[in-house]
Amino acid sequence: MKKVIIMALVLLLAVTLVACTGAEPKAGGGAFKIGGTGPLTGGAAIYGNSVKQGAELAVAEINALEGIQLQLRYQDDEHNAEKAVNAYNALKDWKMQISLSSVTTTPGIATSKESFDDRMFGLTPSASSTAVTEGKDNIFQMCFADPNQGSASAQYISNNNLATKIAVIYKNDDAYSKGIYETFEITAKELALEIVSITTFTEDSQTDFSVQITDAQSKGADFIFLPMYYTPASLIFKQCDTIGYRPKFFGVDGMDGILTLEGFDIGLAEGVMLLTPFSADATDPLTKNFVTKYNEKYGEIPNQFAAGGYDSVYAIYKAILASDGDIAPTMGHAEICEKLIAIFNGNFVFDGVTGTGVSWDSNGQVSKDPKAVVIKNGEYVGM
Amino acid sequence: MNLLSHLINGLSLGSVYAIIALGYTMVYGIAKMLNFAHGDVIMVGAYISFFAMAGGYHPLIAILLAMLVCTALGVSIEKLAYKPLRQAPSLAVLITAIGVSTILQQIALLLWGSNPKVYTSLVPNHTFSLLGGKVNVSLIAIVTISACIIIMAALTWFISRTRTGKGMRAVSEDKGAAQLMGISVDGTISVTFLIGAALAGVAGCLFCSTYTLIMPTTGAMPGIKAFTAAVFGGIGSIPGAMLGGILLGIIEILGKAYISTELSDAIVFMVLIIILLVKPSGLLGKQVQEKV
Repeated sequence: MKKVIIMALVLLLAVTLVACTGAEPKAGGGAFKIGGTGPLTGGAAIYGNSVKQGAELAVAEINALEGIQLQLRYQDDEHNAEKAVNAYNALKDWKMQISLSSVTTTPGIATSKESFDDRMFGLTPSASSTAVTEGKDNIFQMCFADPNQGSASAQYISNNNLATKIAVIYKNDDAYSKGIYETFEITAKELALEIVSITTFTEDSQTDFSVQITDAQSKGADFIFLPMYYTPASLIFKQCDTIGYRPKFFGVDGMDGILTLEGFDIGLAEGVMLLTPFSADATDPLTKNFVTKYNEKYGEIPNQFAAGGYDSVYAIYKAILASDGDIAPTMGHAEICEKLIAIFNGNFVFDGVTGTGVSWDSNGQVSKDPKAVVIKNGEYVGM
Repeated sequence: MNLLSHLINGLSLGSVYAIIALGYTMVYGIAKMLNFAHGDVIMVGAYISFFAMAGGYHPLIAILLAMLVCTALGVSIEKLAYKPLRQAPSLAVLITAIGVSTILQQIALLLWGSNPKVYTSLVPNHTFSLLGGKVNVSLIAIVTISACIIIMAALTWFISRTRTGKGMRAVSEDKGAAQLMGISVDGTISVTFLIGAALAGVAGCLFCSTYTLIMPTTGAMPGIKAFTAAVFGGIGSIPGAMLGGILLGIIEILGKAYISTELSDAIVFMVLIIILLVKPSGLLGKQVQEKV
């Protein structure tokens, strides 16, 4: 009897679980299915959620035009390669036709490989490593690639004489962080910048930075380059402040988001410089429209990740428009993929909020330049 | 002079490990089980004190509140998840502990969201410069190390002098015999969980005051490190947990500073392996003959 009850309960549970996942968006006749994976929970959640919200806003705007219809679905990958592949497979089961790849680099490398094997067109809003696009003709980036960020940072520091003695702290088990560091180092050498301290950390050791900071301080570094996401960076700011060490800090696009970190003392980030393709205080109509609508919908100022998500959806939409009806929602993903590759590698030029006159090369990399901003009184100000 | 700074940082990190390791070692010594949910109780403690301080309460009240909630949590985990399994094979208890750990993390995720929050330090941000500014010691490091010493002293006194403490030692030695002598085994185990969880609350506050980010997975890594420290010092031994924790912290920081920042964890575990090869029961562990 007891067994029967238990079996019945298990069955009931299974049915409820299945019922819970049944919340499908209504399958509009003739809509393109666009899917993407990103960290919607966990330490990198701000990137995933920002991209998702930006993409959702773009989809809503496009669908309101009542021309081409899009359906968007985002799956959580927790910034983890294995989970990203599972998430990607779940999207394939949903019959995704065009992929927004992954939001962050490490999952992006994993899903872009799958995407390449499946002949699924992928345009990542923000996975910036070259490993995401390398050797894969159907994967494109909306963000500038890591080498670009690394060398542009070194170039910028040198051009503006920002530093005399540079320390670098990077995350050794993260393709994004390491990729930027490597190109930064090469360009820094070419420009004869003096790097006095190079230290690393890993996923498991990203709490205590006392050693890295002491090393930089004792070698007299007056400038720390931080190619990393903003969560460990916030700890570095705090720990530097605790021991009274106040060098200049320079970050890359992963630093974007530090001002939205709950409870973070914004004063610690005063004067921090970072590279970004997007600034919300730009006055062109495209950016203005995006920032206003985003703020209305989500009650916050969009960061560059939201802008990347927004632009990615629009780039796909514009590419479909450019095909002049040659790409239809009834086609399989492989057919769409070949046609989109031809367009992206052709004369397709895109104007978005993260750059105008943007085009893609055959490696899938985007042609736009990073801009530097500095944090002043808790806001990003163009430099 | 860097060596001195590193030693102080190591001591401060090691003190946190030691306080957490006490929870592991006491529970293991008495209930003979590995309470893998211990690390997540730390996380809960940190969140509770975070919200208490955000609500404008004094840091001391925040710590007390964190200890109170952690104690309630620790005791209820014991009652709900572990007590029904007292006679079950130890493997079942181990899996249950891992399950409890996951449940706590997921509940935290649901309640408090995935975005990391910045923890406000318990003590003001103050640094003492020693030796003409060459060595900087932060106030929180001093507080952490002192807290560790006080807890250690209080616990030693409690275990060796009080009636309950003696009961705990008796249960740890021989459950059956202790029961025959009129000691309530269930009660003693509950008290052990209670103390362990209260310490976890303190550890959570101290850990997050030094490393000021808090998220639902915050407790996982220090939990594992502290478990390592407990094994290092000899699991079941209270001074062992203390020694293991402090040594682990110092080795970790020195390894990072002088050998490699990448290999610091590998170095820690390498030392652990070597110690266990030479002394299988840990630094201060007792060699127990298995009865046949």
